[in-house]
Amino acid sequence: MSDVTLGTTAARTDQVRLSGGLLRGRHPTRRRKRFSGRVLFLLPAVIYLLALFVYPIVYNILLSVRQSSVIVFVHNTGSFVGLTNYHMAVTNPVLPGVLYDTAIFMAGSIVVQFSLGFLIALFFTRRFPLNGFLRSLILVPWLLPGVVTGIILRMMFDPNIGMVNQVLTDVGLIHSPIEWFANGHLALLVIVLANIWVGIPFNMLLLHGGLQDIPKQLYEAARVDGAGRVRIFRSITLPVMRPVIAVVLVLGFIYTLKAFDIVMIMTGGGPMNATQLLSTWAYTLSFYNLDFGQGAAIGSLMMLISLVCAFAYVRSYRAEIR
Amino acid sequence: MSHRRSHRWRLLAAWLNVAGALVIVGAMLVPLYWAVVTSLKTLPQSYATPTSLLPPSPTLSAYSQVLHTQGGSLLTSFIIAIGATVLSLLISLPAAYALANFRFRVTGLVTLSLLVAQTVPGIVLGTSFFKIFARIHLLNSYPGLIIADSTYCVPFAILVIRAFMIGLPRDLLEAAQVDGATMLGSLLRIVIPLSRPAILSAALFSFLFAWGDFLFALTLSTSNAVEPMTLSIYSYMGQYTSQWPELMAAAVFAAIPSAILLVLVQQGIRGGIATAGLKG
Repeated sequence: MSDVTLGTTAARTDQVRLSGGLLRGRHPTRRRKRFSGRVLFLLPAVIYLLALFVYPIVYNILLSVRQSSVIVFVHNTGSFVGLTNYHMAVTNPVLPGVLYDTAIFMAGSIVVQFSLGFLIALFFTRRFPLNGFLRSLILVPWLLPGVVTGIILRMMFDPNIGMVNQVLTDVGLIHSPIEWFANGHLALLVIVLANIWVGIPFNMLLLHGGLQDIPKQLYEAARVDGAGRVRIFRSITLPVMRPVIAVVLVLGFIYTLKAFDIVMIMTGGGPMNATQLLSTWAYTLSFYNLDFGQGAAIGSLMMLISLVCAFAYVRSYRAEIR
Repeated sequence: MSHRRSHRWRLLAAWLNVAGALVIVGAMLVPLYWAVVTSLKTLPQSYATPTSLLPPSPTLSAYSQVLHTQGGSLLTSFIIAIGATVLSLLISLPAAYALANFRFRVTGLVTLSLLVAQTVPGIVLGTSFFKIFARIHLLNSYPGLIIADSTYCVPFAILVIRAFMIGLPRDLLEAAQVDGATMLGSLLRIVIPLSRPAILSAALFSFLFAWGDFLFALTLSTSNAVEPMTLSIYSYMGQYTSQWPELMAAAVFAAIPSAILLVLVQQGIRGGIATAGLKG
């Protein structure tokens, strides 16, 4: 059973249960008595969500509309300054570069990890010995803590001992070691590659699950009708996979926007802000420049982007369930 | 036409597929191989050119050095990860049970918030936590990091466990209630034992999320009083950028829970992220 079917059955049971609940509603007094006890099960989680998600998000917005300086940082009493922090963040000369880096990082990561993940997923729909075992090994990069991924890949691209330079030299592509982290464009390329390395397994995993759920009869029927491989892919695989693809892309977008660990470890946003993403920049503004107002303003901007995404996610989640 | 293919041809095709899969797996795992090889070298060996693809004289000295200098951080990470896992399960189990079995007016809203909660950028939470925790003296503390790290786990755990509990046969619960079991009793004695696979998978992932946390460790520490492994690797890297064997040995230690998880839940992984969808 795959994730997708899991979701589907869950949703169906939900509907069945809903109608069951309506039928049971014939005993209103009994229901009301039970209600108070039932709420206690959910209450801790609701309080948790309010305290550790809703309150911090509201707090972040409050931070973003208050004055913030080192003195305020110490005494914690910033006065209301309206949208000043937003204005400062938007007119900050660093912002265009950050938006460019974030866009390149996200687009590069999502396009490549999705394409390669899809190809690998398609490959693993074939039947051969050790399929499940080998497929699970591919998941390893995705399961590693971001710091581990970051430090290992930093070593791979190290100018002195890195394997990448070594291989490029051996095959004759370069003659002197490349300083990957000294050049802004190259550093951006490296963090995109690192993020792709983590993203491929995740994309492969979900897409493979979706591919496994396509009824074999569909393919057989198409083959009987004389459809070729490309035709089958375009007319059966892609349309059937559409909801799964939507979920995978939306999740990819959300993850990539959140990416932080790998970049902090590999480049720390440098050289000269060339790999500064919205997430690492928000961190730098708040914790290096101690300008919590601007940091929070960038945080709010990220919240807005990810909320839009969250709705896309919930919609695709629902579409899949249907 | 497949039925006309000879047996031998099919065997060859199967092994060609295996070879192809090995190439894909190999390409994905090269960095890990290189990390392990480097961790088994001495410092001069790690800088020797041309680099040797095998450790010339495998030594565990980098590992013992890391245990010596960063063993405490490994323990700190372990304590925090266990704490976050326990806290997450305490909140998630009753909530998942309620969301799976009872219909409140807020059920849909809560489930929706759980999905949305997973999309909140960590840096937004980290910045606010820093300010809030500073006031209530939770910076540089175990409880502070346990609470912060649990935000990776709770929404995920509730969704995974709830999805599993929905699939449990309803008759069992009703039978228990006819027998006079309370709701708490049926949760503890029937639902939790039956949901073990989902709970185990949620617990393992919770441990892994908290173990791997770097963002909260970085933002919620102003001293090195409580320094998890991730933070200690980060600061070690800042000081000794070129000590690659030791850095790689530390990375291998930090990767152990991922390896264990891969072995333990090979089958369950897909079901896990499946419904909940998101990783920290």
